[in-house]
Amino acid sequence: MSKIIITAVGKDKVGIAAAICSALANNNVNVLDITQTIVEDFFNMMMIVDISNCLVSFGELSDSMNKIGELKGVQIKCQREDIFDKMHRI
Amino acid sequence: MINITEVIETNKMIEQENLDVRTITMGISLLDCATDDLDKTCENIYNKITGLTRNLVQTGEDISREFGIPIVNKRISVTPIAIVGSSCCKTPHDYVQICKTLDKIAAEVGINFIGGYSAIVSKGMTKSDEMLIRSIPEALSCTERICSSINVGSTKTGINMDAVRLLGDIIKETAEMTKDRDSLGCAKLVVLCNAPDDNPFMAGAFHGVSEADAIINVGVSGPGVVKYALEQIPDANFEVLCETIKKTAFKITRVGQLVAQEASRRLGVPFGIIDLSLAPTPAIGDSVADILERIGLERTGAPGTTAALALLNDQVKKGGVMASSYVGGLSGAFIPVSEDQGMIDAVEAGALTIEKLEAMTCVCSVGLDMIAIPGDTKATTIAGIIADESAIGMINQKTTAVRIIPVIGKCVGESVEFGGLLGHAPVMPVNNFDCSLFVNRGGRIPSPIHSFKN
Repeated sequence: MSKIIITAVGKDKVGIAAAICSALANNNVNVLDITQTIVEDFFNMMMIVDISNCLVSFGELSDSMNKIGELKGVQIKCQREDIFDKMHRI
Repeated sequence: MINITEVIETNKMIEQENLDVRTITMGISLLDCATDDLDKTCENIYNKITGLTRNLVQTGEDISREFGIPIVNKRISVTPIAIVGSSCCKTPHDYVQICKTLDKIAAEVGINFIGGYSAIVSKGMTKSDEMLIRSIPEALSCTERICSSINVGSTKTGINMDAVRLLGDIIKETAEMTKDRDSLGCAKLVVLCNAPDDNPFMAGAFHGVSEADAIINVGVSGPGVVKYALEQIPDANFEVLCETIKKTAFKITRVGQLVAQEASRRLGVPFGIIDLSLAPTPAIGDSVADILERIGLERTGAPGTTAALALLNDQVKKGGVMASSYVGGLSGAFIPVSEDQGMIDAVEAGALTIEKLEAMTCVCSVGLDMIAIPGDTKATTIAGIIADESAIGMINQKTTAVRIIPVIGKCVGESVEFGGLLGHAPVMPVNNFDCSLFVNRGGRIPSPIHSFKN
């Protein structure tokens, strides 16, 4: 399994999760977990997804997420899970 | 599984607290490039470095993108050039040709610095070492991306005072030859004692002869992250303070370890060490001085500064050591003046002097770093400053260094602008009482008694 974390931060509005999920489904990316919370009045969403069978490269997937972010007015980032795992787990 | 709080914390460190990996530095041995023909040696150097580093910058950018962590610099360190050029260089000018070759390589590979225009002369100088040292002013004035370092002493060998004396002159000459750029050449020249073989940070990086053919060393940073963590515990006692710094250093270093392992795997070059240094930048909030102030000082330089820095340095090491399998380089807290806005502010407020900085170098990772002094400072005075710093390193079995810039045409009260990561600096006053009789004695200072551990 090759996990990446997708985060979306910004002002909440209709359809952010839907747009991300639809793009992920089109690229054969499996969503493992979704969490969301409000921090300092900002909408924060985190998805853990598996890109083992993704049809496009990491860079292309990341670019497509950035485009959705621009359209929806939120900042969307894709990062490999390892950076969080290394920092927060011994 | 990772939770959203942890993800938010990590990304906040990166986006708001300036967490980054400061450098991926590939150390490359050039010993097998040496020949008795200068052109052939330069060609070998060119072929070896460009062959190994073809993908260095792209790999750094890929890792940065995939993990979402900025990797600020991709750099190269090489075998001390005094050794590489010892068979083919007959004059200082021959060494300059090697320096120009390295500069050309740096531009082609797309990196900002190559370190290793260096000589290790801690006990004595060979003719080649002396030629390289004498070539430094010309070499640094006609190149842009080359860093030079000279190791003039060690706990095992004592201090080579002939080299110290010579470097006083060389620093002045380098300042003179680059005076149209605020004596910038001196910002790329560092004089060390107990220099490590695996330091990834400039200007002191070189690839020691004890190292493998090629190696990946990574320097992590993150003063802003430590500062933020301390802001959350303004009234905590020392136990809680130390624990907080340790935990933060652990997190920062783990990111460095991850990046180092990825870079090593992708480039097919073995991982060497993580240098777990708090390296400031001129960016607001990315300052070691700010951390010292959060610990409880009105300004860096106030009484208590040395103790606060000692505490900080030690906790960074304690947290970092557990996070990485191999720690090396300079590891600790850097206290450059021009590269740290908090230090600059402290100097301008009259809180921080060269003498206090010297005391601080006894307890942190390096030495008198990026300090602008008046251009009319005597060469012997600069040599005296180098001797003092080297003595601190020699006696305390630690690395110390002097990177000092006598800014030609400027005096105390004026300031200089080096640009980029090198920042800007107020010209600081120097104690001008004469030390020429001391530095002109010649010979070397013997190694201290505690070096005899056989």
